Amino acid sequence: MIAALRHWLDSDIGYSFRSSPTALVAALIALVCGIAALFAPWVAPHNPFDLVTLELANARLPPAWYAEGSKTFLLGTDDQGRDILSAVIYGARISLAVGLASVVLSVVVGVTLGLLAGYLGGWIDAFLMRLCDVMLSFPAILVALLIAGVGRAMFSNAHETLAFGVLILSITLTGWVQYARTVRGSTLVERNKEYVQAARVTGVSSLRIMRRHVLPNVLGPVLVLATIHVATAIITEATLSFLGVGAPPTSPSLGTLIRIGNDYLFSGEWWITIFPGVMLVLIALSVNLLGDWLRDALNPRLR
Amino acid sequence: MKIRIALLCAALLAAPPAFAKPFKWSSASDIPTWDIHSQNNALGNGVHAAVYESLVYYNSNSFKIEAVLATAWKPISPTQMRFSLRTGVKFHDGSPFTADDAVFSLQRAMHKNSNYAVYTQGIDRVVKVDANTIDVFTKDPNPVLLNQLTELRMMSKAWSEKNNSAAPMDIKTKEENFAHRNTNGTGPFMLKEWQPDQKMVLAANPNWWAKKDANVTEIIYTPVKSAATRMAALLSGEIDFVLDPSPQDLDRIRANRDLKVLDGVENRTIFFGMDQFRDELPGSNIKGKNPLKDQRVRKALYQAIDINTIARVTLRGLGQPTGALVAPQVTGWTEAIHKRHPYDVAAAQKLLAEAGYKDGFEVDFACPNNRYINDEQICQAVTAMWAKIGVKAKLRTQPLATYFPMIQRYEASIYMLGWGVPTFDALYSLQSLVRSVGVGGDGNYNVGRYSNPQMDALVERTKKETDLKLRTDLLTKALALQNEDIAHIPLHNQVIPWAMKKKVDLVHRADNRIDWRLLKVQ
Amino acid sequence: MLAFILRRLVQAMIVMITVALIAFMLFQYVGDPVTFLLGQDVTPEESRALRAALGLDQPFVVQFWHFLANAAQGEFGFSLRQGVKVSTLIAERFPATIELALVAALLALVIGVPMGVYAALRRGSFLSQVFMTISLLGVSLPTFLIGILLILVFAVQLGWFPSFGRGEVVSIGGWTTGLLTAKGWHHITLPAVTLAIFQLTLIMRLVRAEMLEVLRTDYIKFARARGLTDRAVHFGHALKNTLVPVITITGLQLGGLIAFAIITETVFQWPGMGLLFIQAVNFADIPVMAAYLCLIALIFVVINLSVDLLYFVVDPRLRVDRAGGH
Repeated sequence: MIAALRHWLDSDIGYSFRSSPTALVAALIALVCGIAALFAPWVAPHNPFDLVTLELANARLPPAWYAEGSKTFLLGTDDQGRDILSAVIYGARISLAVGLASVVLSVVVGVTLGLLAGYLGGWIDAFLMRLCDVMLSFPAILVALLIAGVGRAMFSNAHETLAFGVLILSITLTGWVQYARTVRGSTLVERNKEYVQAARVTGVSSLRIMRRHVLPNVLGPVLVLATIHVATAIITEATLSFLGVGAPPTSPSLGTLIRIGNDYLFSGEWWITIFPGVMLVLIALSVNLLGDWLRDALNPRLR
Repeated sequence: MKIRIALLCAALLAAPPAFAKPFKWSSASDIPTWDIHSQNNALGNGVHAAVYESLVYYNSNSFKIEAVLATAWKPISPTQMRFSLRTGVKFHDGSPFTADDAVFSLQRAMHKNSNYAVYTQGIDRVVKVDANTIDVFTKDPNPVLLNQLTELRMMSKAWSEKNNSAAPMDIKTKEENFAHRNTNGTGPFMLKEWQPDQKMVLAANPNWWAKKDANVTEIIYTPVKSAATRMAALLSGEIDFVLDPSPQDLDRIRANRDLKVLDGVENRTIFFGMDQFRDELPGSNIKGKNPLKDQRVRKALYQAIDINTIARVTLRGLGQPTGALVAPQVTGWTEAIHKRHPYDVAAAQKLLAEAGYKDGFEVDFACPNNRYINDEQICQAVTAMWAKIGVKAKLRTQPLATYFPMIQRYEASIYMLGWGVPTFDALYSLQSLVRSVGVGGDGNYNVGRYSNPQMDALVERTKKETDLKLRTDLLTKALALQNEDIAHIPLHNQVIPWAMKKKVDLVHRADNRIDWRLLKVQ
Repeated sequence: MLAFILRRLVQAMIVMITVALIAFMLFQYVGDPVTFLLGQDVTPEESRALRAALGLDQPFVVQFWHFLANAAQGEFGFSLRQGVKVSTLIAERFPATIELALVAALLALVIGVPMGVYAALRRGSFLSQVFMTISLLGVSLPTFLIGILLILVFAVQLGWFPSFGRGEVVSIGGWTTGLLTAKGWHHITLPAVTLAIFQLTLIMRLVRAEMLEVLRTDYIKFARARGLTDRAVHFGHALKNTLVPVITITGLQLGGLIAFAIITETVFQWPGMGLLFIQAVNFADIPVMAAYLCLIALIFVVINLSVDLLYFVVDPRLRVDRAGGH
């Protein structure tokens, strides 16, 4: 593990990483947020979902550095007496989980369809690319809203789990297109290269060719796209939650927390909305910075 | 000539700003309709009162009944009341207000599409005596007839019939009639423009029959869903008045030099209702039986709620905890009824265990999120409190426009409701909330379908009882029975704050509506 | 040429019919209109009678055909929530959204292009570093957060701008505009800025990238070699060549702006179609959702189609290239 890391740091990309302070800082922030979110139950001082531990008497305490603040609640509490720090950590966990799940799903769907379209060509290609055109001509947020809205209408009395399913689905359905297009383009190029032609002539199956020869060559751009997509997906999720069609208040993501806190913005209880907002921007910004760096690093022409 | 026209134009152009006094206000939602007999909605009724008038109305200062479109009334027999109508009153289209219009309007309110049955209950028929006199016959002696009439407003017979609005709009089919968007009343203001959910403009009626205390020339209403946005608009001076400021913003308003807060106990009690009809609750993990049918379970839920903390923290003092289903101003209320079953988690757990739900149960829980003061937050807090006795309430919140039809379709297992009493008489609440579902106003908001023959008998007896002392006792008895049965879990009486600019001068009414006749802006 | 236009038109038609089909399916499978209309406690006879009256008992294709015919005339029935004709509702809200989107697009262009040009010409200078950081921040800050912060600072703390609504509007033949009154401009400022920021960063990055690309081309090198001044090279040649794709993208993004306006309109309670749509989503008001979807699709198709056709007119090379596929 450590050897692999050392090996990576010695490589070209590793060098570019070490010499870019932005990338280092961004990676650090992303890492800290990621770890905090992943290990939320151990990192967070309280469990904000455990209703039994909530005490209404603790509601709306300011951050600990204020005179009325309490050491137990470092960043203060919300209107239900929930610890903001814990809520933010758990919220980030939900935001990241939804974001990552949608990105992974998008990559799987997009790469598969892109490979198929590029390698097989013909009417499959034509159909998939037309579909991409249609999807691309609508902004993601609109499609996501529509799906979330329809999901809500169809299962008006349903609860949490379904809400998250719909949420991930709506972000995935708008996200796969960019992968499909990119992969298709690279596949078209790879397909006509001699080694692929040769493999084909020797009777290697299409599936194997795609997996062994074509796929590794298209992964670079996919990685760049996916990194930036994580930021986009998290923001989309937050936006949907802010608009009230995303994560339910009972398991709030960062967007839900911001929406709830928004009501208290003018009454001076700024911490309820600002801290989740800061966390959201930190995550999105660091991931975006990493994505930018990765794109430049993988594309020497731009350097 | 030309110069004169130019001068005239200049005068016309310059004149309006000189005495135009607009009053801009906002609250969370728009009124559902302008059809005055279609939907009994508190906000709607309050706004309708600017354009349409009733025979009698409450005086804003004394809350005594005062004459409006009727000038006098006297009982002819215990079941017959004669009203003399005001003469010289004109509708906004210029036609005179007559006995025909009054008879028509009351009959329209009694139509099956009308949502005002609770105000027409007991009225048998309405008869024209002469051009300016009508008789209202009741099925039985009705001591609260005048109170009921305060919410039954008058519209023009000829205008309604001409415009295909002779019957109230049926809210179930949503078929729009002319009166939904157009008005023709006798009131101090006329509807100038209405874009639902966006903007409503009322203009002062220059031909109003009464001497006007108000100096406002135009009322502009903009519903703004987000409390934060409403507050920002008030702070930045865009609007003059907010009907429903968030409790959390009040300190800030009080601290502002240009703003003020008026508050008072509203005649409205907030409570939880429970489905006591179904044999199995949808969405619950208990199969084959309905835990809410067990009085011990209902009592456990009741005693698990720490209402004092909710009133202090969530409501920031804007709630008066109560054990009664009605507010103190209401006939039938007593100190004893007001007393709550104490907050006691251990007792609640014990009750649940006795009822056979030692580990609690899952239950559907629905709340509005833009109707009552901090409704959603209260429900969240209660969800946490119930969690402590093992009851897992699955909370869903909806805006009032979908929430009320939803609970009226009996789709919620536990639901929040607030009941104001415009008649200041507990029968109004008892009939709607705890009497078995029947015809007319009987049980029309008893959406938990609680049914107790003893209660029904008490309500029916009260309807006919004319001995006031005895009648009040009956009301108190019924309220006590509700407390014992825990048909509903009372929470608190709302304390309503209004936020406004200092230059606005109006009276805070216990029914949370503005008296347009007294509205002044400096 | 004719073949190309026809192909594009057919494609546009297919998109529209697909969207209409989706909208129609919404009607069919999301919530039963009969339950909406009659409630749950309804006898089977009543429900059957209403079904027949509404034509719900007819075959799928026939119903879809009726839907298409009505949709083509702009008829989507009544809003379930407001009991008002959907076409009326949309018509009332349409101008507000269009004005907001146009002002935002203009703002994004006017500020974004100079920033992009500067960032390209003075690569590595402090200010362009700042611009690039801002642009990244612009991408990472969700629109709703920008809106909230603007309200907090400019409406509440400073009190410079109003925080909601359109202010005073003037009605000209059914089109309400806020752009003719001082109050209207006052009200549109914050929402327009909020909506513009994302586009602005996009345009700035685009202009910078295009500029850098163009500056690398041979003919710019040639122009320099001819001894033209930097100024003439940058603005006379480079910028001019950059602007064609930029304006195209901005045009294409106009549709995106209209859709993104949903968020801005929610934050600022701007009475446009987006606010109507989000309310419809929250209430599961299917007719409004369906109508909005079809309308947005129409706007997109029209914009895409006109851009395609314009390209076709402007750039003869495309006549061969583009006709081949996509």
